[in-house]
Amino acid sequence: MNKYSITVNHKLYEVEAEPDVPLLWILRDYLGLKGTKFGCGIAACGACTVHLNSNPVRSCQLRISTLPASAKITTIEGIGADVPHPIQEAWIELQVPQCGYCQSGQIMSAVALLAKKPLPSDKDIDAALVGNLCRCGTYDRIRKAIHLAAENPK
Amino acid sequence: MSTNDDNFLRTGRRDFIKKAGLATLGLVIGIDSFAKIRNISGQNGTEDNFEINPFILIGIDNTITIINPRNDMGQGTIHSVPAMIAEELEVSLTQIKVIQSDGQSKYGAQTSGNSSSIRRLWLPLRKAGAATKEMLIKAAARRWNVSESECYARGARVFKKGSDASLPYGELAEEASKLEVPTDPVLKNPADFNIIGKDIKRAEIPPRTTGKAIYGMDIDVAGMVYASILHSPMIFGKIVAIEEGDALKIPGVLQVVKCERKMIHRDAESIAVIATNWWAAFKGRNALKVQWDNSNLSEALDTDDYFKRCYAQVKVEGINHHETGDFNRKFNTATSRLECTYETPFLSHAPIEPENTTAHVKDDGSVEIWAPIQGPGETLPDVANYLGVPVEKIKIHTILMGGSFGRKAYIDFVKEACFLSRKLKVPVKVIWTREDDISQGPYRPGLLSHMQGFMEDGKITGFHHHIIGESILRQVFKGLPDDEADPWMGEELRDNTLYEFKTSRKVSWTNVKTEIPIMWWRSVNASNLAWGQECFFDELAHLAGKDPLVARLELLEDERFKKVLKTLAEKSDYHTMAAPGMGKGVAIFKAFGTICACCVVVSTNNGGVKIDKVVSVIDCGMYVSADTVRAQTEGNIVMGLSAAIKGGIVFKSGVCQQSNYNNYHVLRMNEMPAVEVFIIENGEAPGGVGEAGLPPVAPALGNAIFAACGIRLRNLPIDITTLIKG
Repeated sequence: MNKYSITVNHKLYEVEAEPDVPLLWILRDYLGLKGTKFGCGIAACGACTVHLNSNPVRSCQLRISTLPASAKITTIEGIGADVPHPIQEAWIELQVPQCGYCQSGQIMSAVALLAKKPLPSDKDIDAALVGNLCRCGTYDRIRKAIHLAAENPK
Repeated sequence: MSTNDDNFLRTGRRDFIKKAGLATLGLVIGIDSFAKIRNISGQNGTEDNFEINPFILIGIDNTITIINPRNDMGQGTIHSVPAMIAEELEVSLTQIKVIQSDGQSKYGAQTSGNSSSIRRLWLPLRKAGAATKEMLIKAAARRWNVSESECYARGARVFKKGSDASLPYGELAEEASKLEVPTDPVLKNPADFNIIGKDIKRAEIPPRTTGKAIYGMDIDVAGMVYASILHSPMIFGKIVAIEEGDALKIPGVLQVVKCERKMIHRDAESIAVIATNWWAAFKGRNALKVQWDNSNLSEALDTDDYFKRCYAQVKVEGINHHETGDFNRKFNTATSRLECTYETPFLSHAPIEPENTTAHVKDDGSVEIWAPIQGPGETLPDVANYLGVPVEKIKIHTILMGGSFGRKAYIDFVKEACFLSRKLKVPVKVIWTREDDISQGPYRPGLLSHMQGFMEDGKITGFHHHIIGESILRQVFKGLPDDEADPWMGEELRDNTLYEFKTSRKVSWTNVKTEIPIMWWRSVNASNLAWGQECFFDELAHLAGKDPLVARLELLEDERFKKVLKTLAEKSDYHTMAAPGMGKGVAIFKAFGTICACCVVVSTNNGGVKIDKVVSVIDCGMYVSADTVRAQTEGNIVMGLSAAIKGGIVFKSGVCQQSNYNNYHVLRMNEMPAVEVFIIENGEAPGGVGEAGLPPVAPALGNAIFAACGIRLRNLPIDITTLIKG
């Protein structure tokens, strides 16, 4: 067991864990942040997407020991915590989620996209969201909601 | 999650009211007699062979609680089922609290499946709401000493006409609870609906955008341990020897225990690694060295072998399910005829949330289960029987499912958690890996449709659908004798295929058995059968030199079918000539009381095709939420396309060849075509919407590919990137 300190959603946490525990399970089982989901364990579905220093990453592939102490993690709980993010507003406006299980990951990818490209094209959306599976089939609404959010920034 | 709320479900209404600290009894209403429901539903074409008990609780503190007996997996029942009660009760959706039912028999049938939630509960739940409202009005009328016709209800209050007087429901609840339940409450005229049929933003959506929604995967119970279970690579392998030393060395691993997986047709052995956290359990499971006895499994679990046995039956007469005219006699002498075989693969449901359950078999003999399942009503007696515990001692918390599509109606994973908790005497959380999910089944069965048809005077007049393969009814529900045609599939085609084949129509069946576990998969057999039926119809239309959509209209007399097809032609601009290299294909299918037609537009693209657009038109009769109908139909287009163009499940020498989303592919964002969904508006009895949009998708695609490049595809899945060889 080693001790690690990580910053998640601007809050500093100290955790004691084996070095190979993926960030996904640190978040869920050690920190109680259950919004980040387990779907595949091999970075093939995107349900576990979080931001590492503003970049979308698959938290199932990030071992706790490989995270630098300076790493800033943002999870779905850190998006719109005070006021809803335009992406979340658009998600509600277009009633995007069905079961919703993949949507934390979809939203994390979409938020990161808009931060880099405030007015993304369909191709930009394809590239940014290609790693996020939705078995319920909400892709069309996700695309429309990203465009809607881009038109209504805060 | 708040478990206190669920006490209502466990202990009954009176205890609940006491525990909730209410000073006196509120009003609780349900439909207390099956006969009363039956009388109404018989006239309206729906069938309800269940009883419904307390569904509505009005507390004297003005809380209004509605029980939802159909768990949500994304199909929207957490909104649409209570909405039916709220409409008639005259309360807004913001005034109610919804509680998920827990499987106790007093809540009647509770399986989210068969696309049944709205169509089966449409009248019973509205009647429960209307009866409650009438009792509250009667109580108010007595209080004011006026006739009931002088009163009306709105927004959870009863008003006295022509005055400012009004009383909130809570204030009337106690008096109302002493009144007789009206036997024949008056239902609202659909023209007066404020909730049903209106696009109301769903309350469950915001928590699904913030990570706050609680799924089975997110359940935390004090003192729980985690389990990761090693299942046999050949599903039914028997354990010969286990080397657990390496697993036990992993920090956090507590124990290695033999486990069992209770499948419906056959039990399987497994080994669970128990740990203080799931990652440790998972590592421990990977560190196990197990020797399996796989005798006879490499032959029993092999899809190539299964399909070979299926193809061997193509030329053999099956068991007739139904036949008009003498098909064989006419077919044998017909001058214009066609015969070919269509194949559909085994498929995994692959919901993004893997199977999981938390269970606590307690020292006092009671059991508590937290499970994302489709059918708490069926799970409760099943688990009670499995554990040898009376149902009264078991409390099921029915948790939101992160997708299911039929998978979480099969509760092998729930029993695993129960088995382990009974053994370990602590709460156990079982979490499957994606590999468990995809390589262990159950699956949609693969089937063959051997099709024969003939024409007379340029018209398709004979049609034979010979279904060959394994039956869910036989393997899962043990309800099919060897000398009978599968009635589920036979009736699906008898009742829903409305083409008027004047000379002969025939559906026959040959059962080819397999040990590969199977189960309902979104739209069940319709997902297989529509492929053969609707592609073959297309082939016959081309043989007759007719446009496939026009040929369909020629043989349809049913006005609803015709309207759906004509609307599709209009909305998809079907009759506008496709540009060179483009093709449009259509298909229509009825399932779960709903007709859906689909037009797929493709364009040729580097030796393959690209799917440009999918237009669906759906006639589901009356509905609760138009947006949900559209969302479900969009979802069905995506899942139908995945089923058509992504790999199926293949078993080779006993082992599933797919294991995760890297080799069991589903549609991704960059492959998503433009979609449009149109709803036919009418006052017909509600049909199901969770599944009916799926069956026509694959055949419409197959037909579009033929239209675009002249290649007729009969075996799914299709690799659309490499259609043109050489």
